[in-house]
Amino acid sequence: MLVADKSIVVPGEEVAVGMDFLPTEGVYRDGEKLVASRLGLLSVDGRLVKLIPLAGKYLPKRGDVIVGKVVDVLISGWRIDINSAYTAMLSMKDATSEFIARGADLTRYFTFGDYIVTNIVNVTSQNLVDLTMKGPGLRKLSEGRVITVAPNKVPRIIGKQGSMVGMVKDATGCRITVGQNGIVWLQGEPSQEALAVAAIRKVESESHISGLTERIKAFLDDETKKLQAALNV
Amino acid sequence: MGYDKRVDGRRPDETRPIVAKAGIIKRADGSAMFRIGDTVAYAAVYGPRDLFPKFLQDPQRGILRCRYNMMPFSGAGDRVKPGGSRRSKEISMVTETALLPILNLEDFPNAVVDVFVELPQTDAGTRCAGICAAAIALADAGLSMKDLVAAVSVGKVDKMVVVDLNYAEESYENGDVADVPVAFIPRTGQLSLLQMDGLIDKESLKKALELGRQACSRIYDVQKAALKERFASAALVNGNNGAHGPVNGKGDSE
Repeated sequence: MLVADKSIVVPGEEVAVGMDFLPTEGVYRDGEKLVASRLGLLSVDGRLVKLIPLAGKYLPKRGDVIVGKVVDVLISGWRIDINSAYTAMLSMKDATSEFIARGADLTRYFTFGDYIVTNIVNVTSQNLVDLTMKGPGLRKLSEGRVITVAPNKVPRIIGKQGSMVGMVKDATGCRITVGQNGIVWLQGEPSQEALAVAAIRKVESESHISGLTERIKAFLDDETKKLQAALNV
Repeated sequence: MGYDKRVDGRRPDETRPIVAKAGIIKRADGSAMFRIGDTVAYAAVYGPRDLFPKFLQDPQRGILRCRYNMMPFSGAGDRVKPGGSRRSKEISMVTETALLPILNLEDFPNAVVDVFVELPQTDAGTRCAGICAAAIALADAGLSMKDLVAAVSVGKVDKMVVVDLNYAEESYENGDVADVPVAFIPRTGQLSLLQMDGLIDKESLKKALELGRQACSRIYDVQKAALKERFASAALVNGNNGAHGPVNGKGDSE
């Protein structure tokens, strides 16, 4: 290894020499050398060398649950903006189990500007993305608010087994859905919604500093007390 | 009496002071500032994103579009007319070809990456400053690339082979001036830009290119440092929250 594990590397930086290491995500081999191909944190797992990206757009992955926005209504489906380089396609047959008559008005189901929680069923080599609405928790969103966070921070916002987002939900009483593409939907009391947004923003900006869970917990407690005090006055 | 001492007292192989910073434009996907002496370049990267009109799309790879622009008040003399000119169009094109060899755009078929280079203040060497800024911005945007690109202008003022000409040297009147902008891909040492304006002999050109290569490797270090500094705080990794571990939650729905 030429660079320590968990350090930041930039494209073109040589990270290791020798055939003992295998390049994976974000790393390529040039002769004897392993070279970083994007900006990220180096992560070494045995012989495998990979990069955890620090920046970049959401890359659609099969099986991801995401939040998307309807941007077009087509002959037999909808085009969905998924906060990625490409838009996705939701076809009529994957959208609902209801019978839709030929020539029916599709805006009855989803119309322009609607937000939906949806699942990626397929991503082709040309990055054509197919979505489905069939599955638990997949639905059209009404009311609430939508915010966008950096897609590479989504695992931090969700936390282990959903611990982080669960904590925010419990503290604020909001319903929250975090899409893997970095779009977050929240719904609750307006003041609680604002608090939940602030908490999520805090997670996003401080995700690398240790003791995150405790800090967010303290933050939520403090703010909740302040809100209560304001109500009692 | 020839040109034997540089106007600003630099050594022949010395560049002007360089400052680089990544991530300065909030709404862009990636951005950077690169300042070399009195030349300042800002670069903003948007994308990869959908490309329209559709006939411009390439189903095999993504497309790179660059725009180079000098701001109206940027020069020392006359106001630069806003809007494109023959010169800016050419420089946009060479910026694009200088950056293309490092980008892995095959991952983004039918998409486009837009690079906007704006120069609020200029004192020669603008295309090189623009390329340096754009390379940082592209990395900052998280794009997959083989390397960065570093660029500098080299040349000959009268009898002296120099690196990083400023405007006073470029417009030196008592002798021949050659201005040779070069861009290197530092890791492999390949050239991705080589242009020339003026007169220079073969030996001097060889010497100038060698000086350029050395200067570019120093510029490369500044570019790397700028990118690392932007994310320096992210290196303070902790065990808490399974930081940077595998993705735990899969799209949390109620």
